[in-house]
Amino acid sequence: MSESPTAPLTTADGVPLKTSLRRAVRRSKLKAFLLVSPLLLFLVIAFVMPIFDMLWRSVDNPEVSSTLPRTVSALEGWDRESLPGEPAFAALVEDLRDGQAARNLGLLSSRLNYEKSGMRSAISRTGRRARNLEPPYREALIELNETWGELDTWKLIQREASPYTLSYYLAAVDRQLTPDGEIVKVPEHLEIHATLFWRTFWMSGVITLMTLLLGYPIAFLLANLPLRYSNLLMILVLLPFWTSLLVRTTTWIAILQSQGVLNDMMVAIGVIADEARWQMIHNKLGTIIAMTHILLPFMILPLYSVMKTIPPSYMRAARSLGGRPFLSFRRVYFPLTIPGIAAGGILVFILSIGYYITPALVGGQSGRFITNYIAYHMQTSLNWGLAAAIASILLFVVIVFYMVFNRLIGVDKVKLG
Amino acid sequence: MTQTLEAATLTRDAVSDDTCFARFTNVQKSYDGVELVVKDFNLDIRKGEFVTLLGPSGSGKTTCLMMMAGFETPTHGEILLKGNPISGLPPHKRGIGMVFQNYALFPHMTVAENLAFPLEVRHLSKEEVKQKVQRALAMVRLEDFGDRRPAQLSGGQQQRVALARALVFEPELVLMDEPLGALDKNLREEMQYEIKRIHASLGVTMIYVTHDQTEALTMSDRIAVFNDGVVQQLAAPDALYEEPENAFVAYFIGENNRLQGEVVERVGDVCSVRLDSGDVVRAKPVAVGGVGSRTTLSLRPERVSIIRDGSALPDNCFTAKVQEVIYLGDHLRTRLSVCGNDEFIIKTPNAEGHGVLRPGQEIEIGWSSADCRALDA
Repeated sequence: MSESPTAPLTTADGVPLKTSLRRAVRRSKLKAFLLVSPLLLFLVIAFVMPIFDMLWRSVDNPEVSSTLPRTVSALEGWDRESLPGEPAFAALVEDLRDGQAARNLGLLSSRLNYEKSGMRSAISRTGRRARNLEPPYREALIELNETWGELDTWKLIQREASPYTLSYYLAAVDRQLTPDGEIVKVPEHLEIHATLFWRTFWMSGVITLMTLLLGYPIAFLLANLPLRYSNLLMILVLLPFWTSLLVRTTTWIAILQSQGVLNDMMVAIGVIADEARWQMIHNKLGTIIAMTHILLPFMILPLYSVMKTIPPSYMRAARSLGGRPFLSFRRVYFPLTIPGIAAGGILVFILSIGYYITPALVGGQSGRFITNYIAYHMQTSLNWGLAAAIASILLFVVIVFYMVFNRLIGVDKVKLG
Repeated sequence: MTQTLEAATLTRDAVSDDTCFARFTNVQKSYDGVELVVKDFNLDIRKGEFVTLLGPSGSGKTTCLMMMAGFETPTHGEILLKGNPISGLPPHKRGIGMVFQNYALFPHMTVAENLAFPLEVRHLSKEEVKQKVQRALAMVRLEDFGDRRPAQLSGGQQQRVALARALVFEPELVLMDEPLGALDKNLREEMQYEIKRIHASLGVTMIYVTHDQTEALTMSDRIAVFNDGVVQQLAAPDALYEEPENAFVAYFIGENNRLQGEVVERVGDVCSVRLDSGDVVRAKPVAVGGVGSRTTLSLRPERVSIIRDGSALPDNCFTAKVQEVIYLGDHLRTRLSVCGNDEFIIKTPNAEGHGVLRPGQEIEIGWSSADCRALDA
């Protein structure tokens, strides 16, 4: 730099150049901001806030502390060796009376029931009778429901008094806390989420690989055919986007089901016997076929945009230098398409692990994804905390993949169209 | 017509002379089955020769090069390399070096890796590869650039790397497709000499495609001027400039004044042409029919002289009116109006003793009939 650092550049009338520049661009900056502000507002309300709400719900644990405040404070200083004394029981009865009157024992009972089965009925039954209980409460409660005589029950109440909990995350990966605070696996017959996570990931991997194998030659043709053919081909590639996702998915049901088009044809030409029709839908195969089809454009388009920038002269040069066709492809063309492969791969993989509707329709029991369990916990079991924890894990995985991708390839190298 | 004549003489030469290295015989090419891009192309190239295919874009010259390289197949005719037909041979088996218009350096490889590619596919040992790459880099004076990527080089350096890569596996024939098109003027001239030097020192045969006539004139042993899929003239640079055989070549190579007219008399080496303005010009008949046929007279601007008192009179003398004088440093370019033609250009050296011409001034100009070639209309 030639100018000395002590004398900043100024305009002709002595205003520092930076100030002057800032003033000059302020108007256009403001205009740009106003143009994007409706979208920004929409995104904050409909996207950013729900995400933070989800993250919050996955650790939020208000039930015990808000419904049993007296019990919680009565348990302070408890030795955890033997049952707590009468004051704690009295506080519980009082809390349950209040809760019954305010009709908010339902949330508490389901919350504690996630951790210890039998808590739901214990709380609701005790809540109903709490008004009529007489001291000494300790004996009365234990007589009413022996759950109150178990040490673990009180340990649980004390543990869950914390406003935050990790138990949803533990449940999402098939783990639970023992009453003494150790993390252990859930019994084998209750394991479900880890299998689903694993299945979601490997099936998404297979789908990504399939889209790559099918999409690479198409993208190559798109990038290298004369314009009039490639335009037609591009329309065919984009055609699926003009059809409803539901239609495309249900079409696969019509084609692949056991009384479907493909099986009928195979039976008609005698490839398979009528009683041995292939089971191609409502299982993993159905999910992979349908999702490969639906996600194919998301692989083709990034590949195409990268391939279009590779002049045909590279391959010609490689050939003229003595490279056999396959060797020229492997050493020259293929390495140049890696950014496209990575972009398409990450796009399809991320879309795939978060896909819901197609596995729900064609996946049956065995072809279901973790997203279908998020929906299940949202809609059926109403365990929103667990749903939020699973969704947060998915979000975290996506972010990790994205960061790895960014480190290896660089997001700025990718053009999508 | 002219090119078949030329081809005939060449074929005869080639038969008697076994140094004929590459040959196109009656090559035709059509992409759509409707139009011929290359119509009956014949060319014999001697070993070690530098032949340029020169022509405007779309004239078929690059197509001919691509057929030689193996990226296009001739629709008709045969291409021979060292006496063997190569139409059935895929590009990677032809062993022809090629320099592409935009260099086509592999962007994901370093310069050294680019140069090593043709050697590695030929399974040379690591040591040999390293040696040859270093030698090739030294040849184009880029010894220290082996570890760089092509994108880190300037246009001229990339050009040199492309040249080195096309030569590193020691092909006997090197094709160049407008290799200097992307360079600026100074660099282009520098590279012309560089290519010439390498050609001379290695003795490889080169076929060079360009649309730049200066480039063609400086570098080539022979030039084939293409137009409309046909070779208009195949000759050495000086012959092409001095003795164009038809109006296209005269127009395409260098600057020339064109005068349209009709042959009124033809005696031996001189014919008289009545221009559309009514003036009669004496010219050398090159490609004209008999009396009554239309012709285009071609006259180089530097062959026209201004007649002053006392100087000898050439056999064509006319009065001209100065329209415009453009100062070009070493010479003056003057636009005249003569014989009804307002675009008549003469060049006069900016030397002592030449009076300054002014627009509107009337002067006497003249030229020799030998310098004025009567070509096809």
